[in-house]
Amino acid sequence: MKFSSTECLLDLYEEKLELEDYQSGVPRWCTGCGDNAILTAVQRLCRDEGLRPEKTVFVSGIGCSSRFPHYMKTYGFHGIHGRALPIAEGIRLARPDLTIFVNTGDGDCCSIGAAHWIHALRYNMNLTVFLHDNQIYGLTKKQASPTSPIGTKSNTTPRGSYLDALNPLSVALGVANASFIAQAVDWIPESLFEIVKAAYHHKGFSFVRILQRCPEWLPKLHEADMQEPDAVQLLHHENALQISPNLAKVYKNQLKHDPLDIHRAREIASSTDVVPVGILYQNREIPCYEDTRQTGILRTPDIVRKGLEAEFDKYEV
Amino acid sequence: MSAQKTSKKTTGKSAGKSSAKAAGPAVTELKEHIVEIISDSGEGAQRCGQSLGSIAARMGNGIWTTEIIPAEIRPPARSVAGASGNRIRIGSGYITNGGDQTDLVVAFNEQVLLGRVRARELKPNCIILLESMWRTHNDINIAMAYKETYSRLVEAGYQVREVPMEQECLKLTPDAKRGKNMFALGMLCYLYSFDLQAARDQIALTFGKKAQTIIDANVVLLEAGHKWASENFDYRFCIPATPAKQAQIATNGNTALALGVMASGMELCAMYPITPATSASHYLSDVFEKVGGLVHQAEDEIAACAFAVGASYASKCTVTITSGPGYSLKQEAIGLAVMAEIPLVVVNVQRGGPSTGQPTKSEQGDLMTAIYGSHGDAPKVVMAPATIEECFYSMITARKIAESFNTVVVVLTDAMLATSQQPFARPQFNEAWLAPPIDQSAVPDGAKPYDWDATTGIARRFIPGQPGGMHTVTGLAHDRQSHVAYDPDINQEGLRARSLKIAALQKTLLPPEVVGDDKGDLLVVGWGSTKGAIEEAAAALRAEGKKVSSVHLRFLQPMQPGIKEILQRFKKVMTIETNWSDDPADEIIDETNRRYSALATLLRARYLVDVDCWTEVKGQPVKPSTIRRVLLDKLQK
Repeated sequence: MKFSSTECLLDLYEEKLELEDYQSGVPRWCTGCGDNAILTAVQRLCRDEGLRPEKTVFVSGIGCSSRFPHYMKTYGFHGIHGRALPIAEGIRLARPDLTIFVNTGDGDCCSIGAAHWIHALRYNMNLTVFLHDNQIYGLTKKQASPTSPIGTKSNTTPRGSYLDALNPLSVALGVANASFIAQAVDWIPESLFEIVKAAYHHKGFSFVRILQRCPEWLPKLHEADMQEPDAVQLLHHENALQISPNLAKVYKNQLKHDPLDIHRAREIASSTDVVPVGILYQNREIPCYEDTRQTGILRTPDIVRKGLEAEFDKYEV
Repeated sequence: MSAQKTSKKTTGKSAGKSSAKAAGPAVTELKEHIVEIISDSGEGAQRCGQSLGSIAARMGNGIWTTEIIPAEIRPPARSVAGASGNRIRIGSGYITNGGDQTDLVVAFNEQVLLGRVRARELKPNCIILLESMWRTHNDINIAMAYKETYSRLVEAGYQVREVPMEQECLKLTPDAKRGKNMFALGMLCYLYSFDLQAARDQIALTFGKKAQTIIDANVVLLEAGHKWASENFDYRFCIPATPAKQAQIATNGNTALALGVMASGMELCAMYPITPATSASHYLSDVFEKVGGLVHQAEDEIAACAFAVGASYASKCTVTITSGPGYSLKQEAIGLAVMAEIPLVVVNVQRGGPSTGQPTKSEQGDLMTAIYGSHGDAPKVVMAPATIEECFYSMITARKIAESFNTVVVVLTDAMLATSQQPFARPQFNEAWLAPPIDQSAVPDGAKPYDWDATTGIARRFIPGQPGGMHTVTGLAHDRQSHVAYDPDINQEGLRARSLKIAALQKTLLPPEVVGDDKGDLLVVGWGSTKGAIEEAAAALRAEGKKVSSVHLRFLQPMQPGIKEILQRFKKVMTIETNWSDDPADEIIDETNRRYSALATLLRARYLVDVDCWTEVKGQPVKPSTIRRVLLDKLQK
């Protein structure tokens, strides 16, 4: 399927958009919530890349983080719990001309929507996906999520959660056709922005797990990691991200990692002693489902008529 | 009605068919006949039956074919429950349903035949053409079972004729199992005086994608069957045809549905495999891309629906096709489309329920869930095509309604429509069927994404790409700006607008047509696939002087105007449906606890008319003779 393209309109715009051109409403997240940091990084990305607000769609599911589209002055689709990805896929297949972002939480993506997540990785559609992983259900007031560390006390696990946490990076790296897997943390804005930007520029399903703080329900979860810079391990490579001199001064724990090395990526994803930050895996060669399914046929009334008449001929009696 | 009673004997000369030999047996002229071809699964009886139906249609006969499908892909060979095949009602005039009992059956073994006998699907004096190879089978148990069944069938009065199909086919092909169906087709073409060339043409079309050698091999078997029949049968039939004035196509309901999707201007179909809906998507997968469309097989039913919602939101209306269990799974996403006012077409090819139910069998059990499904008040349009032809046009109508009212349109068909074949007038393509290009114009300053019209509730929708239209759609209660509603009056306003749209659509609909007198003793109300059988039964009673009329509803939500007035003009009103209703004759059932059928419940609630119901959930099409009996009962009560 081909869309009668509206791309030509884009060149008519010369105006430079500012941050406030992408801002909408006052975020109703808690003070200190990591969602604010992600919103800031993404709004900056939109401005720096000059994204047309009418050609940009933010899609989300349900949860604290899924309020995200309401705070963007673009098109937005605040969907239903767990289903942000298939909604975004429908938009993608219908509209190759749009820029599409997905905001999803750890409950939304890794629990109720887990089936869609696995298959979205495999479809490898051109979507930029942010997993806002605060390791707890926030909107429903503190229940353990699949990514809560074992022993997390919550309203459904008052004596501590029972299961080891699901590792979204390991899961994602286990799926055929995964093409971009990265991890960021909300408390290093510069690195967060660079990773968000790299994800946006990757053509394919860019999956960024963002460790974010929940000051309301798990205020101490990342306290130690934040106070000890060496707890964070910055990944760098000439084919991935470089570490700026500013960051390098603070974050000395650095690892050169080739983003095409999936085996090494899986080892890094499984680290328990450090928090890896950067691009774990990127493969630009994996085809996008929407390109694979492209028929190249511009749908016109005449094409439809001819196609139908040919079928009617088959069934004529 | 027995076709044989109304038949008359004529000679071969006057039968009028080119293939009728002057020296052949007398040709019995019939008004109609019901023919079955049954075999173990995989022996090709279905293809034989479908081909016979198409050949009959080519001759200008009215046909209705019904698939006989076992529940499993490969049930054990020679099992009573394993009959696979096709049932073709062939008539002189237009045929609207599968009819009553079978007049002639070709069976590849006696066990599958037993299943049909036990299900009382065969007429008492039915002609049975039975594969004779089992009589001399090496396995003594098989041979004994065959002989015993044969004797019992003869004793029961069936006209059993043994045919050495295997033996004859082995003369022409090493694998008789794969060719027997064409031999049988040849026999049937002889017996019904069908033009052999029409049969050859049909084979060429059926096997069109395969090599010429395969087509030739099948034609040889066809001709052999024809020749064998001409040398061995001392009877022959002719069902004079009254060819339609305009070109006809013959398809089943799912194919018609898929063609309708192609013609409707929809460009995407998202689905997940489920019986009996999948064949529509199979066909669509094959042909949709040729016209720039696309079928996406999603990871599950929920994803298929959410995908369709996303595609519709960003583009033209999208369709998702499913059956009962899948429909249940889609409910939340359907509610989202209702809430966010995103056009969406959902097809539910109903099967037996609840739960896994009877996947290959037909039922009308999902009407209530179609209307009331999804939590909260989620008003949507529910339509039900009643013929194969309507399956085609329903897609065009559904897409138009969905986009005009920014709402969900549920189209209910069922397994019976999905798998039955019937000829209908070849559609004349109309450009107006297609959707206009999506609106990418700038939105005027100050325009709101949900600027609900005070009278109709309709608002213009903004599609991504439209400058100035940026907003976030949400499943949360929202105001005209699509902002999350914190004011209690806003929720009230949103629900009102979405409900008004249904009323606005109703104002555009015409009253349903009453078949028969517009007043009388009994009115039968139906919906969906039962139309042909209901109308045939009512017509038969009218011919006997009974004051019975019928009305068939295409819109179940909203209901067409004028229905109450129609109901009130009859002394008694009842529905005939294939869903559950309690039998008032059951010991503990009375007026205070009787659960009425879906449509009867709706009619009673909406029109305050005492609507009775009769229903059956055997998974089979309801026979006109059964309905006739029920209506007579109701008249006499």
